[in-house]
Formats: sequence, structure tokens, C-alpha cells
Amino acid sequence: MATQTPYEVLGVKTDAGPDDIRKSYRKLAKQLHPDLNPGKPEAEARFKTVTAAYDLLSDADKRARYDRGEIDETGAERPRYSYRPHAEGAQGRKYRPQGEMDPADLDDLFTMFGGGGMRGAGTRGGRGQGFAMPGGDRLYTLTVDFVEAAAGAKKRLSLAPENWLDVTIPPGIEEGQVLRLKGKGDPGGGGAAAGDALIEVHVLPHPHFRRDGDNILLELPVSLPEAVLGGRIAVPTVTGPVTMTIPKGSDSGVQLRLRGKGISRRGASGAASGAIAGDQIVTLKVVIGDSGDSELAAFLETWAQKHPADPRRGMAP
Amino acid sequence: MIAFEEVLIRLRGLERRELARWVENRWVLPEPHGENWAFHEVDVARVELIFEIRRDLAIDDEAMGLVLGLLDQVYGLRRQMRRLCDAVAIQPPEVQDAIRRALPKSPP
Repeated sequence: MATQTPYEVLGVKTDAGPDDIRKSYRKLAKQLHPDLNPGKPEAEARFKTVTAAYDLLSDADKRARYDRGEIDETGAERPRYSYRPHAEGAQGRKYRPQGEMDPADLDDLFTMFGGGGMRGAGTRGGRGQGFAMPGGDRLYTLTVDFVEAAAGAKKRLSLAPENWLDVTIPPGIEEGQVLRLKGKGDPGGGGAAAGDALIEVHVLPHPHFRRDGDNILLELPVSLPEAVLGGRIAVPTVTGPVTMTIPKGSDSGVQLRLRGKGISRRGASGAASGAIAGDQIVTLKVVIGDSGDSELAAFLETWAQKHPADPRRGMAP
Repeated sequence: MIAFEEVLIRLRGLERRELARWVENRWVLPEPHGENWAFHEVDVARVELIFEIRRDLAIDDEAMGLVLGLLDQVYGLRRQMRRLCDAVAIQPPEVQDAIRRALPKSPP
């Protein structure tokens, strides 16, 4: 059963004034009032619907919100996925018209305002019959996990059965970055070049690693003995586990730097020289673990008596 | 990332084969995800837009392609315009004034 709008329930037009709405409600209420219709549950149900519709339409604020689609006929908030903020944001580029100007190219902007006409039409590869028309770009999205984005990866984007694109994710790619695969878009017409495939990359967050520029941040739990006595422990990095030395007496919050274990990017020219290598910054977090251990508790009682220290001394109240 | 099934749950009254057809028509471009599709928020918002246009404005399949094509152009222009405005906004005041002066008093 299709839900009736409150206007339909009251039998008024959507532009009806408050007087018409009140008149119509009173007429229906008289017919349907439960006291006047004893033993007729359907009348009572309709009375409730009519009353709800009147409650909504007699309140100018609610009525306006209903008309805008913000609330439904019961007055409940309707979830909105308004397209506009998405379409005007960077993610809206996904749906830009095929074969039109590339928003990343400022020249197109000036061409557009200077009345330069359509890009490349009739000018490129113009020896053949008719117009040579470069192929349009195609936009895809690809989601990678945090480690793949940090360390780089090879991914296969399947477009259809038997049709895929092999995509190399460069190390250190960031959320929303767009990769361009030359000539993998729509084929061109009249001998012109094919368009490009534009791949917008989304990076999933990681449960432990976080990123700060080219550095990787990791909070690392260490046990009480490890913190007090120091030692060598295995630490996960985006390129696999490495061994790290913890100095004796390392407190919670102590930061240790693993040089070159962050994001390593090639230089601007793609050469290994001039490469940027971030670090992994490990913040220690001492965990006591099984705090119910009676041996440890007994030891600490004796120990605390011999070493009265207040770590909060000097703190303002 | 939102699964096909979840989009159907979010948009009450949207039928499975309808949504499948919209993807097939390339009106919505979810990401292929194994056998299934993965939708981003922008895609779900677009599905809702199509859903509303069809229901409220009675636009049929044939006209929908045209409507979406025009909408995409408008949003493309709005994104371009925003970039231009952002570029103007970071110019020194005298440049901004010069641009303001160069604009026709009433739009052509």
C-alpha cells in the first residue's frame, strides 16, 4: 500500500492555506471521531492518521520541512544523501562529462572562458577524413589498504570479465590521489589519440599505523620487564617486521625513530637519487598485562616502601 | 564502502533490477568488487538523486541519460568556477579589485 501524503489524507491541495486545512480536518474529525464511531476500528485508525496529518500541516515549521523532504509523513527525519556537496567536491570528478575538459588542466579553464571551443576538435592528426577527435578519459576508483598505499603495490582493476587494468600504486600515495594511465580511456576517432584512464585511489585506515607526511606513526605496547630492563624486540613496519632496541628504563610515551622505515618515494625525476625516505616513529606504551599477579604485587609493596617517589610532585592542583 | 545490498536497504522502494540497470547504463559508477559492486558515498547520493528524479519528476530511462549528462556538465562547471574563485581569493587585494572592476555591471 502506497503511503498517502498528509495532503492526500486531509484531501487538500499542496498549496492549501491554514484555514482550508483546519476546515478539512474538522470535517473529517467529526466523521471519524472514535466516540462517534464505537466499535469501528478502521474509523479509529483513520482518525489517528488524519490527526497526525493535521499536526504536521498545521505547524508551519513542520510543514515546510515536510515539503522540503526533510521529514516524512510521520514527522521522522528522513536520511538525506544530498548529491550536491558530493558533486561539487573532488569526488564529483568521477562523473564529469566524458571527453570534456580536464579539471586538473588550467589551460582548459582559460580555453573555456576565452571561447576557444572544444579541445583538439579538427586540429589534431587532421590528415584523415573528417574530424580527428581525441578519445575521452575514463574515471575509475580503486581502494587499497594502508600498507599497500604506504609501501606501494601492484593492483589489478577488473573492468569486466577478460578485461582489466594493471595499476602500479606508487609508495606513499595519498587518499583521493588520481593516477593517470595514458591511452587507457576511450579510443579516439579519426586517428586521434585514445583518452586516459584516471584512477582515483582511496586508502583504507589501518588499525595500528597512522601517517604523518612521509613518517609512519605506531603506538607500540611493551611489557613492564621490557620497559624496565630494555631489550631487542620485533616491530612491525609497512615493509615487514624489523628488530629494534629499547633502552633500559623506557617510559610510556618515549618515542623511538626507525630511520628510513617510513614512506620512501623516488625523486621527482623517478630516479632513486634524490629519493625521500620518511621514518617510522614508534611511541612506547607500557602495558602491565595481568595486573592480578600476586607475585608482582607482593614485590611492588616491598619495593614501593624503599622507593617513595611521587611522579605527580610539582603538578598544580 | 557500501555494498549493493546496503544501497537497496538505504533507499526503500528501490528495486534490485532497477539499480542493476542504472549501473549497467553507467549512470552510477560503483567500483567492481569481486562479483559485487562497492559504492562510495558520492555514488549512493547519486543513486538517491536518480531515484528521486524518476519518482518525483517521472523522467523515463531515455530522458534520464540526457538529464544526467546535463547535470554532470553543470556540476563540472561549478567545480571549475569554484577553482577559479579559489584562485582569485588568494590574489592580493589590488588584483581582486581589478577583476571586480573588469566584470560587467550586469551579466551579459
